[in-house]
Amino acid sequence: MRTTRRTFLQGSVAATVATALSPVAAHAQDKTAASRRIPSTGEMIPAVGLGTWITFNVGNDPLLRDECAAVMGAFFDAGGRMIDSSPMYGSSQPVIGYGLQKFGRPEALFSAEKVWTSSGANGPRQIEQSSAFWGVPRFDLIQVHNLVAWEEHLRTLLEMKRAGSVRYVGLTTSEGRRHDLLERIMRNEPIDFVQFSYNVVDREAERRLLPLAAERGLGVIVNRPFRQGELTRRLAGKRLPGWAADLGVASWAQFILKFILSHPAVTVAIPATTRVDHVRENLAAATGPMPDPAMRERMAAYVQDL
Amino acid sequence: MSEWWSYRPEDFLLFSPRVYWRMFELHNAAVWPLQLLTLAAGVVMIVLVARGQHDHERAEQPWGAYGRWIAIVLAVIWAFVGWSFLWSRYATINWAAAYVAPAFALEALLLLVAAVLADGLTFDRRGRVAWAGYLLLVFALAGQPLLAPLQGRTWASSEIFGIAPDPTAIGTLGLLLLARGRLLPWLVPIPLLWCLLSGMALRTMGAPEAVASFATVVLVLAALFAPFRDRRDASA
Repeated sequence: MRTTRRTFLQGSVAATVATALSPVAAHAQDKTAASRRIPSTGEMIPAVGLGTWITFNVGNDPLLRDECAAVMGAFFDAGGRMIDSSPMYGSSQPVIGYGLQKFGRPEALFSAEKVWTSSGANGPRQIEQSSAFWGVPRFDLIQVHNLVAWEEHLRTLLEMKRAGSVRYVGLTTSEGRRHDLLERIMRNEPIDFVQFSYNVVDREAERRLLPLAAERGLGVIVNRPFRQGELTRRLAGKRLPGWAADLGVASWAQFILKFILSHPAVTVAIPATTRVDHVRENLAAATGPMPDPAMRERMAAYVQDL
Repeated sequence: MSEWWSYRPEDFLLFSPRVYWRMFELHNAAVWPLQLLTLAAGVVMIVLVARGQHDHERAEQPWGAYGRWIAIVLAVIWAFVGWSFLWSRYATINWAAAYVAPAFALEALLLLVAAVLADGLTFDRRGRVAWAGYLLLVFALAGQPLLAPLQGRTWASSEIFGIAPDPTAIGTLGLLLLARGRLLPWLVPIPLLWCLLSGMALRTMGAPEAVASFATVVLVLAALFAPFRDRRDASA
């Protein structure tokens, strides 16, 4: 069976039509998105979020803004909550604000932002600007982006948390950079979340970061699960293994997300997409059976051998 | 950042190719029919340069008036492209463009200074370097707009001289290869660096248009510094 996102989606046409025709039933069904516990508070959050790197940077293009808003709408309809962005992502923040305004800022929203400026003194102003772009009074989570000026920004964020201006604080890195420093911060600072890259082929985080997060009670957000689409593109022409069906996996995207989400230390994965059908497919990956450690090794070995 | 070496060009690309090319489509629609005016200005510049060389050879016409007119029009174009495209549009998807826009304003200012100075710019170069200049100028006016349909995109997303930065920079470099003057060394770097930056961004997007930007850089550097430079022309 050669399965791509396209064939998976074609197979789901009947379900999609039924969903469109029966909004009440669909709503009840959609809210079953699998959730994880945020270690520092016990709050539950759906295990698949929505990243906005590149995909939501569409400038003032009205057509593409509406497409992004449609992705957000599908995300919320399918029970999604966490949307993650950064001042570094061009126009992604105002585009999120546009989508939120369109949907009346859904209560389910878990807003995850970042502070990204080399000057600690400029951090509060940047956060204020980000908040204005989103059109939210405060963020649920603010992270220090790529550990830039992390000591100064973390001081600001912890002060904001004490004052009730933000609920959670965290730090991010990507693509395996600066893991040593991140590890040191995870050991010593009172943070709630860490964000880094992890997927079926980039497994460096399994050695130290993921076990440390579990040990320290930190939430883990996984970015670039598809290596910016490179991984799904590379696997697109390959056959899924027959045993993938036992996991409820119908596409490579779901295969990759299942692998990530089945690590016990992972809280949320934040794939980015410009397509409504893909956002539904991504959220569906958090439901159904999850692979055990032996199956995870089998999944990684299978991809490795392709 | 202690690990700059670990970053790839893709890490600095903040937008998708689809967003990038739609940006030209929207920009063209927003400024239409200004494209007709900028293209006409480009054609007039070619005619003036050619006619100026002819008159200069026959000592019929002092060259200065043509040079001033060309420099002023180019200055207006650079200021317009910097403001309307880089600052107002491109910067919405690429924050780095906001830092490049002032360089376009600086180029406009330098061109104005060149227009004022008696020997700021004189478009009387001949020989192989001049032919390279004509080649770039013709490509900027007539070749670059064709790249969109050749790459399967709509005409509406074509890059037009005087509207989009790439053909503006390439056309300007073509004109500068046809010129000599005190300000020439100050006028070449900004369009040349733009071609380099734009070429890198296009290459990262996997766009074949990158070849045009890189080829322009190579041609201009070769024309300015290569040993085959026309000695007679250089000493004229």
